[in-house]
Amino acid sequence: MENILNDNENKQSMRNIYGEILASFGEKRKDIVVLDADLSSSTKTNIFAKKYPNRFFNVGIAEQNLITQACGLSLTGKKAYVSSFAMFATGRAWEQIRNTMCYNDLDVKIVATHCGLTVGEDGASHQALEDIAIMKAIPNIMIYSPCDAYETKKILEFSLSYNKPMYIRLSRCDVYDILNEKNNFNPYKACKLLNGNDATIISTGEFTYNAIKTAKILKEEENLNIEVIHIGMIKPIDKENIIEIAKKQKPIFTLENHSVIGGLGSSVCDVICDSNYPCRVIKFGVNDIYGQSGTVDELLKYYHLTPKQIANEIKKYLV
Amino acid sequence: MLKNEVCLTNDEKQKLISMANEIRIDILKMVYNAKSGHIGGAFSSVELLLTLFSKSLNHKKKNDVDFFYRDRFILSKGHASALYYAILVQFGYLKKEELLTFRQLGSKLQGHPSKKFLDCIEISTGSLGQGLSIANGVALGLKLDKNESSKVFVLLGDGELQEGSVWESIMSASHNKLNNIIAIVDKNNLQIDGKTDDVMSLSNLSQKFESFNWNVYEINGHNYDQIYQAYEKAKLSKEKPTCIIANTQKGYGVSFMNGNKDWHGKAPNVDEYNKAVEELR
Repeated sequence: MENILNDNENKQSMRNIYGEILASFGEKRKDIVVLDADLSSSTKTNIFAKKYPNRFFNVGIAEQNLITQACGLSLTGKKAYVSSFAMFATGRAWEQIRNTMCYNDLDVKIVATHCGLTVGEDGASHQALEDIAIMKAIPNIMIYSPCDAYETKKILEFSLSYNKPMYIRLSRCDVYDILNEKNNFNPYKACKLLNGNDATIISTGEFTYNAIKTAKILKEEENLNIEVIHIGMIKPIDKENIIEIAKKQKPIFTLENHSVIGGLGSSVCDVICDSNYPCRVIKFGVNDIYGQSGTVDELLKYYHLTPKQIANEIKKYLV
Repeated sequence: MLKNEVCLTNDEKQKLISMANEIRIDILKMVYNAKSGHIGGAFSSVELLLTLFSKSLNHKKKNDVDFFYRDRFILSKGHASALYYAILVQFGYLKKEELLTFRQLGSKLQGHPSKKFLDCIEISTGSLGQGLSIANGVALGLKLDKNESSKVFVLLGDGELQEGSVWESIMSASHNKLNNIIAIVDKNNLQIDGKTDDVMSLSNLSQKFESFNWNVYEINGHNYDQIYQAYEKAKLSKEKPTCIIANTQKGYGVSFMNGNKDWHGKAPNVDEYNKAVEELR
């Protein structure tokens, strides 16, 4: 686990990995079809489109048709991967996702890019901060928020044999490598990245890197040992592991690139409230406000989500 | 105008008329028994759906060897569920006595068609504006499978065309040259709040579809010959999807329901029920 904190930090693009691996699936899996809504060069489904043009469908700027058309394809035995920005894929087509894709339990995978604040300069209209919340409320859907390129690859491989609705949430920016084969990827399980007895940070998505950084700062500055847990699978969530953490009766901090309403933090609270181990949970995310334009660094600072700021906040509870 | 390329015999027509009466009575019974449901939009589509299932839709049961080559039907106007269930009884997919479970807890016959409860249908519907888009996906899938024989029929309401999502799928059907799509619009000119022309006018629907590069046939939706001819002609389309605009009367078949918007979604009382059944017998 110590290598997570070393200085050989390498960044990769989740989107590029998605595009490449999807195209690689296309060779063996003739049942795979891919749909996009005029964003294929951003979501990287254009790699698949170039290789398998007859199995790629661009619906134009029409996300409602994007989802239900994919549902129709799945009715003929196809496995449909659908991409757009997280804002539009989940927001514009929510009711199609609810009433057609999930109610009928169809083999459609929404792989959305550009989640959260890290969309950056495009501003609030393009920064999906509520997508986990609105997807989570729908029955039958699995929700996954990988932390790096490796995990993106692993969850996509998993999706090949999972024949029900999924929402996979990817970022715009290149993200640091965190996981590798030593983590024994199990999509359903929380993944412990750092040991610690003073408190736990549970994080998801690209912000898991910030969680590790935060723990490092707290170690250096206050000699605090913070456990860091990454949860990729937001629904169904790994209740068992969360309860194990709660049993320690130390504060739990959640961290996500999403609103504090309805995201990972809410799910963690739901599990703990329903358990016999009440403990304090402090949620870090976007506090029920819209984003805005700015560089990623500026935005994280403005919304108090840099590792330094989070560490300072956590100190208030622990020091 | 349509040429008389295919014709129904008088005997066939007589049989359809008698089946239609039975179907309308079944619908009345279901809605009366459930104390809720949609009669108006079910009655306006009776001839359309009956002719489809009797003559033009190559429907199959799941254990049929050529199930793969069946035509698909999607009831986009899912509130006409009572009609759909009555039709499924006529063609052996449901037992008649099951109709009386309509809208009850745990019933196969949910308020709006649900594949979760009723496996013989293609997909659950009920939320307007999604059926044609689903059909687009099915039609694309059939083409990928090189299945040239199966057609995808979709029944939409005219009020439903106010949903923007319908126009997304109208655009993509012609863009993708989905000649295997046959959209039937039950144009009964009424919706919950009144006349479609008053609520949100659709103005010239034929022109709209034509300008989106669809074949369009406008017919009397209660005339069996016209319906049958339009379906058979639509099946022959080489490049374009086809829209059949069927002019109908909401509540058709019962005098006091005919053309009356109030019968969109209410159940008859005992007097109304008896009177309606008497008219149909």
